[in-house]
Amino acid sequence: MKILVAVKRVIDYNVQIRVKEDGTGVHTDNVKMSTNPPDDNAVEEAVKLKESGKAKEVVAITIGEEKAQETVRKALAVGADRGIHVKADSYIEPLGVAKILKKVIEKEKPDIVFMGKQAIDDDCNQTGQMLSAMLGWPQGTFTSKIEVKDKSMLVTREVDEGLETLELNLPAIVTCDLRLNEPRYASLPNIMKAKKKPIEQLVAKDLGVDIANRIQQLKVEEPPKRKGGIKVANVAELVSKLKNEAKVI
Amino acid sequence: MSVLVIAEHDNKNLKVFSLNTINAASKIDVDIHVLVAGHKCENVCKEIATIPLVKKVLHSDSVNYENYLAENLTPLVVKLANKYTHIIASANTFGKNFMPRVAALLDLSQVSDVIKINGPDNFVRPIYAGNAFATVKSNDKKKCITVRPTSFDPAPTSGGSAPIEKIDAVEVPNISKFIKKEETKSERPELGTARVVISGGRGMQSGDNFKLINAIADKLNAAVGASRAAVDAGYISNDHQVGQTGKVVVPDLYIAVGISGAIQHLAGMKESKIIVAINKDGEAPIFSIADYGLEADLFEALPQFLEELNKLNTIQK
Repeated sequence: MKILVAVKRVIDYNVQIRVKEDGTGVHTDNVKMSTNPPDDNAVEEAVKLKESGKAKEVVAITIGEEKAQETVRKALAVGADRGIHVKADSYIEPLGVAKILKKVIEKEKPDIVFMGKQAIDDDCNQTGQMLSAMLGWPQGTFTSKIEVKDKSMLVTREVDEGLETLELNLPAIVTCDLRLNEPRYASLPNIMKAKKKPIEQLVAKDLGVDIANRIQQLKVEEPPKRKGGIKVANVAELVSKLKNEAKVI
Repeated sequence: MSVLVIAEHDNKNLKVFSLNTINAASKIDVDIHVLVAGHKCENVCKEIATIPLVKKVLHSDSVNYENYLAENLTPLVVKLANKYTHIIASANTFGKNFMPRVAALLDLSQVSDVIKINGPDNFVRPIYAGNAFATVKSNDKKKCITVRPTSFDPAPTSGGSAPIEKIDAVEVPNISKFIKKEETKSERPELGTARVVISGGRGMQSGDNFKLINAIADKLNAAVGASRAAVDAGYISNDHQVGQTGKVVVPDLYIAVGISGAIQHLAGMKESKIIVAINKDGEAPIFSIADYGLEADLFEALPQFLEELNKLNTIQK
């Protein structure tokens, strides 16, 4: 069994986002970047499948500028076997990303593709579903548990009402929730070893797929700020304020 | 222009967020059709027919649609899509699951989680966990959109009499199978629509301690929420999670207990009308957005809170 894991480089989840004054986007210069958090869970799950003997090879792929390779390198350091970096200099919408991944998947022929359920930058929550539709494969979105069988897999999905379990024929796409597993940290020796693992270089615009963006970003602005409130001295004062001032109880 | 809304339901009743989505659709055009794909879901169709904003209900019945498998629902929506300029669903786990499949097969770039509709091709959506709002223009001929239900009022539900048209089911790919759904049953209001929400975080220290939260929830007729930390720790089930990748709530009153206020949590509740924070760490970021902050040990504060609420009732009587 072969696994492909897609990872994305995003602004680190701990960074306080600053909107640019000219409304063209958010500040990214000198800002800490990391792997999109649920993509770490995707890598971890793939590596676990390899360690359990179910998977033979784990391939990590990213699409983005030169530095996006760091995310693939990190996946290699925790146990992926080889990497693919599809170079792209500017933002590509999920539709274009899915088309690129489809192109690579047709060549790599993985049995399962893992990726995070959502990227924490554009918050689109689309790529896995789009890719799965384009390939005609089943999907397990928002997945917090998997069980791989011979020709199918069970996925437990976190849905609004609780948990839902589906059986998907393989090959399948799985988009991972943060609760799927606990991503490991790479050890120093493994980080060194990862430097020797191969990363294949591809160029997005040479893949023969239409990746032109369809959505124009007109402006980006700060959301209305909440005014800071007051501290109350005790519970009695709190209840009195809620009752008489805010009138919400 | 005409808009196709994909209804969310449980084959018996319409889910309330579909009303918000129908109202959002009305900001685009008056010609609104609603698709009800399900199994033995006649009652849902009748319910929708009474919504004055709806011009027509499309009813497609098949056992394949019973559990809303994205793989099965998508071909039907794609087939209907040629008659519409906009296809809309709620940006919850229902709409998020299938809409990108529809968009991909129609070669459209989806606009996700819309909070404001400025025109047929102009939308506002939060990015970076709601730390920025992007105004975007879709240049696609047809639009696939998911809307954040809590950003739109629900459509009125009586007085309409839209015709119900039967639509043939279409072939499904048979690549996925529904096994089971584990729903948390609760007598309390639903988290997404409750007027009051009280949430617990890591500070609760155990699942058992959530009984302190539950007691107040029962008193205030509130829904119970949680931070991701509390869900991760196993204190409470995932359907209670409020935040960037959990549920977005906008109650009149949100009470955050033992929640430090990570930006991912704030993304799910900072539009609430009144926010109360109870935390023993006076420096916790949650205080910077709280209308009323109480710096206190929650294990002392919550029982006192309940006591004060009980006193209030006595006075009212």
